[in-house]
Amino acid sequence: MLEEIGTTEQGDLVINVGPQHPSTHGVLHLVITLNGETIKKVEPHLGYIHRSIEKMCESLTYRQFIYSTSRMDYLSAHMNNHACAMAVEQGLGLEIPARARVIRILMSELTRLASHQLWWGAMAMDVGAITPFFHAFREREMINDIMEETCGARLTMNYMVPGGVMFDLHPNFQVKTKDFVRFFRSKFDEYDELVTNNIIFQERMKNVGRISAEDAVSFGCSGPVARASGVSSDIRKLAPYEGYDQLNFTEALETAGDNYARYLVRMQEMRTSLSIIDQLIDNIPEGDFQAKTKAVLKLPKGEYYSRVETARGDFGVYIVSEGGTTPYRIKFRSPGFSNLSALDHIARGCKIGDLVAIMGSLDLVIPDIDR
Amino acid sequence: MDVKKPMDPFPGQVHETPGGGILTGTLDDVINWARSNSLWPLVFGTSCCAIEMMSTASAKYDWSRFGFEVARATPRQADVIIIAGTIVNKMAPVLKRLYDQMPEPRYVIAMGACATSGGPFFYNTYSVVKGADHVIPVDVYIAGCPPRPEALLHALLTLQVKVKSGAPREKITIGEISK
Repeated sequence: MLEEIGTTEQGDLVINVGPQHPSTHGVLHLVITLNGETIKKVEPHLGYIHRSIEKMCESLTYRQFIYSTSRMDYLSAHMNNHACAMAVEQGLGLEIPARARVIRILMSELTRLASHQLWWGAMAMDVGAITPFFHAFREREMINDIMEETCGARLTMNYMVPGGVMFDLHPNFQVKTKDFVRFFRSKFDEYDELVTNNIIFQERMKNVGRISAEDAVSFGCSGPVARASGVSSDIRKLAPYEGYDQLNFTEALETAGDNYARYLVRMQEMRTSLSIIDQLIDNIPEGDFQAKTKAVLKLPKGEYYSRVETARGDFGVYIVSEGGTTPYRIKFRSPGFSNLSALDHIARGCKIGDLVAIMGSLDLVIPDIDR
Repeated sequence: MDVKKPMDPFPGQVHETPGGGILTGTLDDVINWARSNSLWPLVFGTSCCAIEMMSTASAKYDWSRFGFEVARATPRQADVIIIAGTIVNKMAPVLKRLYDQMPEPRYVIAMGACATSGGPFFYNTYSVVKGADHVIPVDVYIAGCPPRPEALLHALLTLQVKVKSGAPREKITIGEISK
């Protein structure tokens, strides 16, 4: 497959990008057909990080399989765990304590911020600016410190378990989170000055990589990619879970559908996450952080599905249970896979130099796609 | 003549003479010293560990303090390959090919449980290579899923000690490195 470099019968140039390439954000292999500098076709080849997680989950118990999902979309580890925990709770008919619900939302929003910060740095790097990467990581390390104190890990937290969360919040959590929110809010001006209002950046992003609302729906795009085309797709609004319906926030929507719109949606989402944290950080109810569960979990025979809004979009978990301690079949609906499927459609007609910017604006996490 | 050991761990001895000094040492030691302080890593992140590798590169941990900041995207310019993430059966030939393209001397760091042994994907999977050392020889292993940036820095320093010692791969043991 790697030897496919050459020309087609029509004289088009065929080049390979990846699997080891800094702009593919992981190990994605793209076979690109070029007519001069114009892209005629982009063919993604998957499987370079296929770890057979779905098959593996069939031999793990309902407590164990949640941990492997942290390694799928590692930038949204909390939300992946969250969806799995909710699917198991649905089967058990568990009622979650109010404190655990609020902790789950807080952690999810912090993770979304960390994910978007990394994307912001990587996006700017994709169009040639190195400095924003260091700015983004400065703030991201603060979130990592908060996570580390409460969850015990910086990246793959495995904090959400069926029935609630694994540990109670660290005593420093509220103080540190408030400090972070205050600090990060003051940095938005810097972000805007450095990147958003940068004329070079805007020229690279505006009117590049357009996708219409109809196409976004038919490709199954979700998350910021769909919302940038004007498709309302925020699961937090459409199918509220864990008390998101009691919060006051608006869904970020843009209509242009180009790279810059996707950029603006994510910037807006960061502000939304900050406002959600603001609403909850002083109102964490007292009580248990975990409902009482049996040591061995057995789901009744049936099918269970739950979905959450990760930093990339609609993440779903589908469990088929035969009544035992391990699932009969598990299927994950990962947002990155559907968003990647639209890449060929988006990139056709664009210049080869813009492909990296388009991929950056899709915010792909390859282990999430390959699983 | 006054002979003293320099503060900098530069190999050899400085013999002070009026108006300067004379340095004596072996050329191999000097080359290894220079080599160890300018190891260029290959950008090779396959999964979660790549994020911690980026953290190590960022301002808080800053691996450029030890001469590692020149991350290269092509194996032809790299000295050390940091395997940050799982290697699966489809990726293994690519990893071998990347390693073969690197110029000698080349070093390998297996970062995290997956690259060391398959880690969380050791059991019940059909597609994961159980340790990158099935494909290419590894110099330094790091435990953790994913390892902290400090662990990666320690591995980089361990690799520097190994390069400075100049011994072939088989002769190095943990005891020798800690001396």
